[in-house]
Amino acid sequence: MSTTVDILLLSVAMAAASGFIGSFAVMKRMALAADPLSHVALPGIGVALALRINPMIGAAAMLVFGALLVWALEDRARAATETVIGVVFSAALAVGSITTRGEDLIDALFGATGSLGRGELAFGIAMASAIIAFIVLSRNSLIVAFVSPDVARTAGVNVRRLDFFYLEAFALTIALGLRFLGVLLMGALITVPAASGRRLASSLSTMLQITVTISVTSTLIGTWIGLYLHRQSGPLIVLVATGIFLLSLLPLPFSARRQSQVTASR
Amino acid sequence: MNLVLKVENLAVQFEAMRVINDLSFSVNKGELLAIIGPNGAGKTVLLRTLIGSIPFSGTVEWAPGSRIGYVPQKLDLDRDIPITGLDFLRARVALAGKRALDISSILMQLGLPLEVAKRPIGALSGGQFQRILIAFALVGDPNVLLLDEPTAGVDVPGEERINELVHRLQQSQGLTVLFISHELSIVNQYATNVLCIGHGRPCFGPPRTLLTPETLRDLYGTEVKYHVHDR
Repeated sequence: MSTTVDILLLSVAMAAASGFIGSFAVMKRMALAADPLSHVALPGIGVALALRINPMIGAAAMLVFGALLVWALEDRARAATETVIGVVFSAALAVGSITTRGEDLIDALFGATGSLGRGELAFGIAMASAIIAFIVLSRNSLIVAFVSPDVARTAGVNVRRLDFFYLEAFALTIALGLRFLGVLLMGALITVPAASGRRLASSLSTMLQITVTISVTSTLIGTWIGLYLHRQSGPLIVLVATGIFLLSLLPLPFSARRQSQVTASR
Repeated sequence: MNLVLKVENLAVQFEAMRVINDLSFSVNKGELLAIIGPNGAGKTVLLRTLIGSIPFSGTVEWAPGSRIGYVPQKLDLDRDIPITGLDFLRARVALAGKRALDISSILMQLGLPLEVAKRPIGALSGGQFQRILIAFALVGDPNVLLLDEPTAGVDVPGEERINELVHRLQQSQGLTVLFISHELSIVNQYATNVLCIGHGRPCFGPPRTLLTPETLRDLYGTEVKYHVHDR
């Protein structure tokens, strides 16, 4: 049986991975793609429940497929890609809502920590570690490809392959967070802490540190409040992260770096 | 002749529009090829095709061992991206491994203070960021440089410094350079050969024979007030 410690352990690992992935997602202007992509998990959950297999397996399979679809479409005109993502993934949400019923649907949408097997705990932590390792090891390629894919190519970066791995890591991060935040809210944990990090940091390493710290802190506080109030933790985690983002919008002392930047460069 | 790049019957097509049609030219080691032509003629598309970013038909052959440094024209970056110039240059050093050159000495040659490189790239002025991009290309120790209007947005002293640096690298290290420019006097001063793409057929040859009022009129489709001075 799962203990609170197991659940906290997995949620911290998930939140850390989400912080690393999210930092690049907000820079790559992928923040809006996080939501529709996470919706694609719902039909996977519905089918897995119908087949009486672990719903997380169904969700992960659909997410990996969804990321593959985004990657394949990326080569085409950008506007067309966004339209297709909007249409396909909203349809996925509709299909998923029909195939998943009652309580299962609410759990899938907003997350339900439930019971956690040792195997799932080990697998989840391994996956989170792999995602973090991917970002840390590929950060140089990701930075250069973000600034200019053309320049990255001349620096020996295989941009298409990097995009593919990034999107799949992104999809797996969503899969990791579904248990805690559900299909509707996981996108928020990827983007909201990173949005605060982007506002507060002036270099990449500080952004990663700030984002991961906010992501993990929000998850721990949200989970703790959830346990205390006997409520689902997902919405609480997102509310804490949003509260921190609102604090990051405050002027002094946080915006000191912006003002110094503007006066220094213009 | 030490061929660095051979292009034959190159054609690039976007949907129904043919941007480059039946283009052939070659570049030897240590040469400086200027690419000129009106806006929308496909000059940037040509450079991006040469680095493998755009699908094409025909032949593009780089000599084995070519290390390309590419400086794009301009990039659309959000102002609040928390990546500093130094983050960006250090990423290049990490990717280049042992080949990487020293960042601070390259910045010094480009006349860009280290303090400026420590700022987020979105907060840099156009000319400052342009010099970061040139530094990025040079840090990778290239033997071929592709420059897409490298001095656009750079102030006059900066422009002179960049032109001189590129010229010096070409002379001292045998660097091969392909550059897009609208400044015909610079083209005339530095280029070994000129490739013109625009209205009518592409032309290719040394600046003295190509930069004539007639070819320029054919190229731009209008009269161009430019006189070739002796070099």
